[in-house]
This record gives sequence, C-alpha cells and structure tokens, in this order.
Amino acid sequence: MQRSFIAKNPSVLIFLACLALFTLIVTVLSEGFGVGVVSTSFVKTLGKTLCLCLVAVAMDLIWGFTGILSLGHFAFFGLGGYMIGMWLMYERTRLIVVESLSQTEIPPTKSEIIDGIGNQIFGVVGSSDFPLIWAFSDSLFLQLAMVVLVPGLLALVFGWLAFRSRVTGVYLSILTQAMTLALALYLFQNDSGLRGNNGLSGLQNLPGVAASQDEVSLWFLWASALALGLGYLLAAWVVSGKLGSVILGIRDNEARVRFLGYSVETYKLVVFTFTACIAAIAGALYYPQAGIINPAEIAPIASIYLAVWVAIGGRGRLYGAVIGAAFVSLLSTWFTGGQAPDIPLGFYTIKWVDWWLVLLGLSFVAVTLFTPKGMGGLVDLLTQRKSPNRHGANLGPDDGALREQEASQ
Amino acid sequence: MIRLYFAGFALLLSCLTATAQDANIQPILQEYQAEIAKSSRKTIGPVIDAIASSGSPHAQLMLETWAAKNIWMRKSDGLFFVGEKTDTKSYLLTDFDSGDVVGSYPKSDLKQLKPNSGVRAMIATALVQFQLMDPDAAKRQDALTSIQRDPGPALLAPLRTSIDSEPDPTLKAQKQRLERLLTIGYDQDTKTRVDAIEDMSGELGVDVRATLNPLVAKTLNVATGDIPTGVNVAATLEPGTDQFSKADAYDLLVAKGMAPALVSSGDMRSALAANIEGGRVGGIPVAQLDTDAARNAAYAALADAGKVPPLITQADMDTALASHVFFETFAEPSAEVTTAATDALKAINLKVGLNQALDLTLDALSLASIYFLAAIGLAITFGVMGVINMAHGEFIMMGAYTGYVVQQIIPDHTLSIIVAIPMAFAVTFAAGVAMERLVIRWLYDRPLETLLATFGISIALQQLAKNIFGTQARPLTAPGWLDGALVVNDVVSISFIRIAIFILALVFLGVFLFIMKRTRLGLETRAVTQNPRMAASMGINPGKVNMLTFGFGSGIAGIAGVAIGLFAKVTSELGNDYIVQSFMTVVVGGVGNIWGTLAGAAMIGFFQKGIEWLNPSNTLAAQTYMIAFIIIFIQFRPRGIIALKGRAVGD
Amino acid sequence: MNTLLEVSGVSVTFDGFRAINNLSFQIGDAELRAVIGPNGAGKTTFMDIVTGKTRPDEGRVIWGDKSQSLLKMNEAKIAQAGIGRKFQKPTVFEDQTVQENLLIALKKPRGWLSVLMYRPSTADLEKTANLAQEIGLLDALSRKSGELSHGQKQWLEIGMLLAQEPRLLLVDEPAAGMTPQEREHTTDLLLEAAKTRAVVVVEHDMEFVRRLNCKVTVLHEGSVLAEGSLDHVTSNQNVIDVYLGR
Repeated sequence: MQRSFIAKNPSVLIFLACLALFTLIVTVLSEGFGVGVVSTSFVKTLGKTLCLCLVAVAMDLIWGFTGILSLGHFAFFGLGGYMIGMWLMYERTRLIVVESLSQTEIPPTKSEIIDGIGNQIFGVVGSSDFPLIWAFSDSLFLQLAMVVLVPGLLALVFGWLAFRSRVTGVYLSILTQAMTLALALYLFQNDSGLRGNNGLSGLQNLPGVAASQDEVSLWFLWASALALGLGYLLAAWVVSGKLGSVILGIRDNEARVRFLGYSVETYKLVVFTFTACIAAIAGALYYPQAGIINPAEIAPIASIYLAVWVAIGGRGRLYGAVIGAAFVSLLSTWFTGGQAPDIPLGFYTIKWVDWWLVLLGLSFVAVTLFTPKGMGGLVDLLTQRKSPNRHGANLGPDDGALREQEASQ
Repeated sequence: MIRLYFAGFALLLSCLTATAQDANIQPILQEYQAEIAKSSRKTIGPVIDAIASSGSPHAQLMLETWAAKNIWMRKSDGLFFVGEKTDTKSYLLTDFDSGDVVGSYPKSDLKQLKPNSGVRAMIATALVQFQLMDPDAAKRQDALTSIQRDPGPALLAPLRTSIDSEPDPTLKAQKQRLERLLTIGYDQDTKTRVDAIEDMSGELGVDVRATLNPLVAKTLNVATGDIPTGVNVAATLEPGTDQFSKADAYDLLVAKGMAPALVSSGDMRSALAANIEGGRVGGIPVAQLDTDAARNAAYAALADAGKVPPLITQADMDTALASHVFFETFAEPSAEVTTAATDALKAINLKVGLNQALDLTLDALSLASIYFLAAIGLAITFGVMGVINMAHGEFIMMGAYTGYVVQQIIPDHTLSIIVAIPMAFAVTFAAGVAMERLVIRWLYDRPLETLLATFGISIALQQLAKNIFGTQARPLTAPGWLDGALVVNDVVSISFIRIAIFILALVFLGVFLFIMKRTRLGLETRAVTQNPRMAASMGINPGKVNMLTFGFGSGIAGIAGVAIGLFAKVTSELGNDYIVQSFMTVVVGGVGNIWGTLAGAAMIGFFQKGIEWLNPSNTLAAQTYMIAFIIIFIQFRPRGIIALKGRAVGD
Repeated sequence: MNTLLEVSGVSVTFDGFRAINNLSFQIGDAELRAVIGPNGAGKTTFMDIVTGKTRPDEGRVIWGDKSQSLLKMNEAKIAQAGIGRKFQKPTVFEDQTVQENLLIALKKPRGWLSVLMYRPSTADLEKTANLAQEIGLLDALSRKSGELSHGQKQWLEIGMLLAQEPRLLLVDEPAAGMTPQEREHTTDLLLEAAKTRAVVVVEHDMEFVRRLNCKVTVLHEGSVLAEGSLDHVTSNQNVIDVYLGR
C-alpha cells in the first residue's frame, strides 16, 4: 500500500505535463518571444485564466473536499489583488512623481515626494493623505507578505466566528456571501482608503521595468502557470494524505469525525484559511494582468460564478475544478466578447452578448440536475472509476455534514 | 429708521382718515413729478411713503401699476395715467382718480415709467400694507408668504396693523406668528424682543430657528490688548485648545493683517529657487536641499542676508498670540436678546432632537416593513419548507416588472395597481410552481445544490429581464393619492407610500398567519415539512403541497415586488439588492417562524437606520456595519432571535 | 471495582419535555453493560450527554481516574479522553476505503499539523490489517466502504471504534437490521472488546441482550427503573408494566 505520492496520483503528473506543454506552446506562439500568432491580449487572457484555475482549485478544496460551499473566496481573491495593486500603484506613482519633481530647481524632500504620491493616488476621492492600510505600500516585500496575511487573517477571523458557532450548510454559505457583500460595500466607500469605486488602476505597468507588455504578459503567464502548478501539487498532496481523509470525512459526516476525536472546527478553519491564501495569491497574479481592480470584482456574484465553474468542471477532484474554470471562463470571454456568431431566427436574432448569461444559468441548472459530477465525470467514463454504491442513499458529496440523517428521516 | 416710524405713523393715520377723506392721487404724484419720472433708489423713498400714506383709495392701484411698468406720463402736461396699448403706436390712457378714459395718444407723446428693480422692491414693500388688508384672502396669503420669504424691518408695522382687522382665523394665526418672528428680528425694544423670543421658545418650526440662528451667529474676532467695549461677546478664546489651535489663532492674525504671514514650504521653495547663486543657495549646494533641515538652514542664511523675509519661529508666533486677545462676538448687539435666543434655541433643539428620534423611528419602521415584505415570501419557502431559493430576488423583480407592464396597458394608476397586485401574484405563482416542478423537487434533500441551481435560474432570469426591458430603470408610478406625506410637524413626516407599505406588510402578516394556522393548505404544509412520509401516508400529496406552498411564497414575493417597485427603480438588478438582506432577515429572526422574520426585519431596519443616523452621509457604511453586526449576532444566537428548540433541531 | 464513568443527578429538558430526569449511572473498567428501555426512555439522549453533544441542565458527569468533569469538554476532547461512540445507523466514510476509514480512527495525535504530516507506518498498516481481520473485512481493505453491506458497515464502525482504543465504548443498537449470523459475529466482537475496556450497549432486542450475558440497566422516562442481571430485571414488576403496558 505504501506507494509514492505521484504513483498514487497519476492525474497530478498528467496535469503538470499538460500545464507545462500549454505554457510552452503559448510562449512559442506569442508576440513577445515567439512567432506572434497569439496576440498579447490573448496571452493575458490565458494568464488570467490560469489564475482563475488556481482559485478554482482553492474553491474545490473548500467545497468539493471539505463540503463548505464558500461564497466568499472571490473576496479573498480580490483582496490579494488589492494588496499587490497597492504596491504597484504606489511604486509607479512614486517614479512619476520623482521624475516630475526632479525637473524643478530645488531637489524634493521626502515628505514632498510622499505628498505628491498621495495627491496623485487619492486625488480622485478628494483626499491626499495616506490611510493606515497603505503603511507598507512602499515595500514590495512587506506588501507581498500582506497579499497572504490580510486575506488569511480575514478568513481566520471570519472562519473562527462562523465555525465556532457551528453554522453549517446553506447558512454558512449565506453568511460567507454576506461577508463578501459587506467587504464589497465597504470598499465602495470613498473613505475606505482604497479609492472607492475607482479602484486601483494602471496595474499592468511594472514599475521600473522597461520591457514591453508583450514580454511582461508572458512573464505573468509563466508566473501564473508556476503558481497553478505548485498550488495544484500542494493541494493534491494535502488531499492525498490523512488530512484529506479527515476533511472528506467532515464533508460526508461531520459528527462521526467529531466523535473520533478530531476538532472539526479547527480543521475547517485551517482549510478555509489555507484556501483563502491560495485565492489571494491567485488574485495577486490576476489583477496585474487585468490592469485594474475595483470593488465590483468582489461582489457576491463573482464568488457564485466561482462555484459555478467548479460545479460544471466537477467538484471533489482537483482537475475538474481546473477544467471547469478554464472552460467556462474562456467560453464566457468568447461569448461576451462578441466573437460568437449571432443566430438569426428570422423574427429575432440571438445575440450571444445578451443571451450568454441565460444559457450559462440554464446549463448550470442542467448540470446540477443531470450531471452532478460535472465535466470531470467524463474522465470517469474513460477510466471507469466507479463511485461507491450507496444502496439508494446516493447523496452528493456536496451534502453538508449531517444531511444524510436528515435526508433519510 | 425714522422713515419707518413715519411710514407706520402715516399708515395709522391714513387708516383712520381714509374713509373720511377721499383724496386724489394725482396731486401727490405731481408734487413729486420729477422724482417719479426719473426714479432712483436713493430718492424715491419719501415719494413712495407719501403715496402709500396718502390715504387715497387709488394709492394701491397706482403702486401696482407702477411696479408693473404700466404708468405713462403725458409729456405735454406731466400728468400720470394708466396706459393700455391699443395698437403698435398708440396707448389708451386712464385717469387714476376718476377711472375715466382720457383718450388715446401716440407713443411719441408719452413717456413710460420704468422703475428699476431696486425701486420695484421698495414699491412691493409699500404695497404689502395694502395687500395685507386686501379683501381677497388669497392676496393676503400671498403677502404673508412674501414677507416670510423676505422679511425686513419695514414690514413689521403694516403687519401689526393688519392683525386686528383680519377676519380669517387661519390667516390671523399666521399673521400673529409672523409678527412674533419679525418682532424678534427687528423690533426696537429689547424687552419686546425678549418677550417674543420667550413666546416662540419650544416652537419646532424651521422659521423660528431661521429667525433665532442669525441672532446667535458668532464671529471670530481679535483685538490688541483688551476686548473693546460695546460688542456683545459670546466667549473669550484661549489659543492652543482643541477647539481653537494656535495655528488657527495665528492664521486669524495674519488674515486681519496683525502679524506677518508664515513662510509656507512652497514659499520657501520658490524663495530658495529664486536665490540660486552658482549652484548654491545661502552657501549650501542645491543638490543637498532635499531635507527640511538643509532648506531651513539655507533660508536662514538668505534671511540673514536680508534677501527674504525672516522665518517666523514658534517663539515669534507665541509672542504675537500673547499680545492679542481672541474672542467671539454675536452679530446681535444686545446681550439680553442673545441670551434669551440661546436659551430658546436650546429648548428648541431638545424638542427637535426628540422629534427627530420619533422621525427616525418611523423611518426605521418603514425600512423594517420593506425588509419584511421582501423576506416574507422567503420565510415561507426557506423558513417553512427549508428550500433555499436564490431566485427569490428575481421573483420580486418579476412582480415589479409585471406592475410596469400592467401600467403600460392600463394608464390609470389606481386601477393599474389594483390589477397589478393579483397579476403579479399570478405571474410569480406560476413561475414558482414551474420552478418547483422542474428543478427544486429533484433536489429536496440536497440544499447546497438547490442553492446553486436556483442561482443559475437567478442569473438567467436577470439577463432575460435585461434582454426584454433593457438596462435602464423602468418607472412604476404610484397613484396620485399616494403622493405626498403625512406631516406631523416640521421635523416629523412620513410619506403615504411608506404608510401604505407598512399596512401592506401587516396585511401580509395577517394573510400568512391565516393561511398557515387556519387553512387546510397551512395544515398540510406544516405536516409535509415536519414529516413528509407520515403526511403522505395520511393521504396528503406532498408533491402537490410543496408545489402550492412554493408557489404561494413566490407569489407573495411578486406582490412585494409591486410594492417595492413603487418607491425603488425597477431594474433587472432589483432582486439583487434585496436577496442577501432578505436571507439575513429570515436567518437573524429564526428560521421557520414568522414572528422571527418580523423581529429580524425590525432589528435590521432599526439597526440600519441607527447607524445611518450616527453617520448620515454614508449608507454604504451602514450596510457594511449591519452585515458585520449580523455575523457577530449569529455567534450568540445561531438559531436567530426566536429559535425553535427541542430535539427536532438538536441534529 | 474502579468507577470509570459516573453520571449523577443529570436532567435535560427539551422545550418543556423532560428527556432525562435525575438520571444516575455508573460503569467500571472492563465492564459490559446493556441499557434497555422502551422508545423515548432517553437512551440516545443519555449517550448524547456523555459524549458532549447535549449539555444537561443540571447534574454531574465524572470521568476516569482523575475524576474529570466531562461537562466542560467538547465532543472532540471527550473522544480524545477515551470515549468512543457508535451511532444507531452505520456511519462510516462511504467515499473512502475500509483501510482509510480505519487509519482515520487509529489512535494517533489529532492535531491538524501532525495529521497533515502523517504518513502511515508499516506498524500502522499492520494494525489496520489486524483490525480488519477481527471484524471480518480483511478482503475488503481497499474497497470503498460505501460498497459494503449494512452489517459490514456496522462492523467497520465497531472496528473504527476499536482502532480509536477507547476506554469506554458506547454502542447504539448495533444489531439492528442484521441477519442472525451477523448478530452472532457482532456479539462476539462486543464481548471481545469488553475484555479490555468498558462497553455500554443500548439495545431493544432482548435476545441480543441475553446473549451478551451482562448486567442490564432499564431506563424509563429518563431515569433508571431497574438494574441487575437480565433475569432479575425481567422479573421486576415495574419493568413488566413498562414493557407490556399497564
């Protein structure tokens, strides 16, 4: 029984190989380093998609494996983006301010430079002072630490409150959604310190880097691929071990795990916080490619889309989450970008820009009803993996803890 | 002021003598012929007074005609007439006194009187005394309104005179109130003013506060040495306190020209830049001027050399401040009046505060009923059946759009609302039943999947609404009788729509209780919820009951949508705005209990209004804190305010 | 005999209904005890209280040599202290193999970090194999436990409890829905387990209890009605009244 991790999980190796191949192909076809078949904007789209795949892996860990349908992970994703955005914006503005002040006869003092940066950044919200949360924005290292620390801390505090009071199932989902909504509303305020609904912008420009966007986009693609690869490996390693057994146990029967002597709340909190950190890292890689972040990105709807991706891809298996996120988000880009051909019906022309969301919503209902395993279920057909016969008690893995008893009452 | 007295006196006199004497106006006009013909603000005062106090029955007509620029002077003899245009070139003249038509004259023989706006204002003031006694009540009302809008000392006397003879009790009360206010502002006698202030103390009206506030308005002032006598000092200020910092005090000195201005960092910078000599400023290389210390040193060197004004140090500032005294003065010179006004304002503010609390309570109550309306359908589907319906918000939206469509067909607003309510119920009931049959019933034991599937429906419905109705807001207009507000006083008021929604919420509560407790459907619903198998074995069809209950909950959401659409904009995002709050209302209140939903709505409504009151400018913050509060609240009462107890929920 | 668990004067009320009424109960080391009683006698609630799922309104629950109060501990802590519980319905992790089920239950540090770093040693694997042998599931080690039959799941759950190495085992209706042969195996398992630890079996079925051949406690309306050997309690008039109706 004691085989190596890779041997037990061949899908990890296949996945990593596919990812590496994909990155290589995109690099070769890109404008930056290759033959230029793939446009820079599409490279960015692909890079962003990789980040979405990473956050989907995190979502799968917390939902597919631990059974907590969190509608808040896009909030952590967004927070990660904000944290890196603060440094990018500060540093870039600093360079501009220093440049413009150096034109004057008298060299600027430190406080003049900081005031100048403050004016530039917060002018749009009628302020010029740096709020407290920008305290570390001048240091890349500290701000990188904040990428993980701030969302991690939020997840820790929120999770501690929620799990401690034993809120489970849909209640927990609604609570996480409320948290996301509260965060978004908070950030929408002008005095939140993060520029209200203007958000942070100009993030695609790396301060002090002369390279063109063609190259920068590839760097980010590589970084995103690396992060996805590492994140996937880490997640696969975690779920393959005993911790994986325990969290699957929590998903399927919380009380049994508790009576075996495991502190269910602690495990949930660990996974919740861990996945929040992964989501934050994904966000920190995503938003420099998107170039702009604003509170609308954090709105509850985004987190629900995340759940949609994972469900369509197939929860409870990591590659399912990745496939779902990549497939749905790319398809969504294709449809909403106006590239999909309209369908003339004679009396009405279906424009996909308008009808894509209707299609997505309905196909999501269909997936939930007819193929609860999602697209990952197709893999089962190939490998003939069987799910256990539950003797009629076929409860989906998403069933919150204790639901088995209630369902059969 | 003397003129005012004169006018008042003359007016009294004229009132007494008007009946006896039937004086003609033309002679008076002729007396002031030159001033009238070429009127100017400076010289016309006595003329207007003379006309107004002439006692002539035609004085009012003359003044009105004058202000309307309808008086023409016959060039040949300088007499004034009312002119009426007959054709392009000629005017028909009428005599003031006799009212006879004098004849038609070409324009070239006449000169039109064109009083400028300043003069017209003075005429208007003089006219007030006539208007206040005008036999037409509407004109008297107009006069009062114009005095309220633009009070002045000259209006006090005519107003006082007109009170006794006022036949209309409402107008009389208004006149008396206005008289008190004008007395506070403009009477000469301090005692009378103080009495008037005391009379009005405790009045909630905005006009009272508007009269009192200017009296106690404070101006910051500074003097060398001692406070000058003859000013009404409100307070002496000590620089260096929280309310009045040293920097503020020094700025005041600079503004008054009593101290040299501080050298700002910008000034210093430009001064340094102007004095660069061979790459150095004051002996310091330019490149080193990137710290404040170096800049100060360079500037000091320049100041020593006399090239720039010296830097003002903290010590300089302190000396300057020490030799001056800072104080606040009232605009009103009489200390007695300001004291009385301050006391009266204090009493008024207390009363205003209490009334604001009442107003806030009404606001909160109305917000709570909106939340209750939005959540009551959910209390049925989620609370009673345990089905989580993320498309609930979209049902509210469908209800609102149904109302809009009905209004397009039936233009009468009252009728259309009466039709829209059952229509909305029917549409959303059908949608709910369809959704239950097609989706939800397959997922009864999988709540998280229900959440996701209904969310998919919610996305689709939202986009569908966008495709059909567009992204712009559609109006759902309330019937005319719901416009306006119930005004209790100047502080407390509540709009009729909100009252209607409150009543509707109560009706819904009643309907819910009736259906759940008194009807077969309610009994069967409760039976199916508690034990579907047992219910089935007793001849109840759980599928049908679930379908009807879900349809009922959805239908109520539709009606709520019509109500919400009346005051909110009907857009495809309408549901989004209410869904999280609705769920919070149900969860906070306690799932499965309508009283809990009521308590939850009340708590959330009051809490949100409370936060908005603390931080009125920021409703976003109020919502943020409210949600944070709910998350913490659930820590202490995970099952809501009104929790079901027992083994059933002991899981 | 040492007292392992002492419950004294415990009462619980649910919405005005007294599920447990001034209940007192003791069990010593390595003792097998059957708890019987009609429906609603409070058998399951009694287990809930001992395992920390339900907090009593009053009374004391004292555990072990150090006389700890269990009332201040949560479910996980109580389980770590050495109390194992088997539910009425078989609850195993159906999506995982029999071996994984046993490995989770194995007595090891329960903290998340040590669980994260844990990799099964040869000794652990051997231990699970032995346990599987004992419960008759050696052949099924790598099968998903969801595929097992009802009786096998019950045994797997007992096996998981044994892997936990508890000092007190609370078993709720282990023989429900079993064939006679399966019952016999279950009886053997419980008798074997009771040699080294205390076992409390809640059961409806008198035949099964008779086969256990141990001291019996009869619960009725939330308190102890009678205690003693099966023959002793079945001859008690009160017990006959309760079981057969007055």
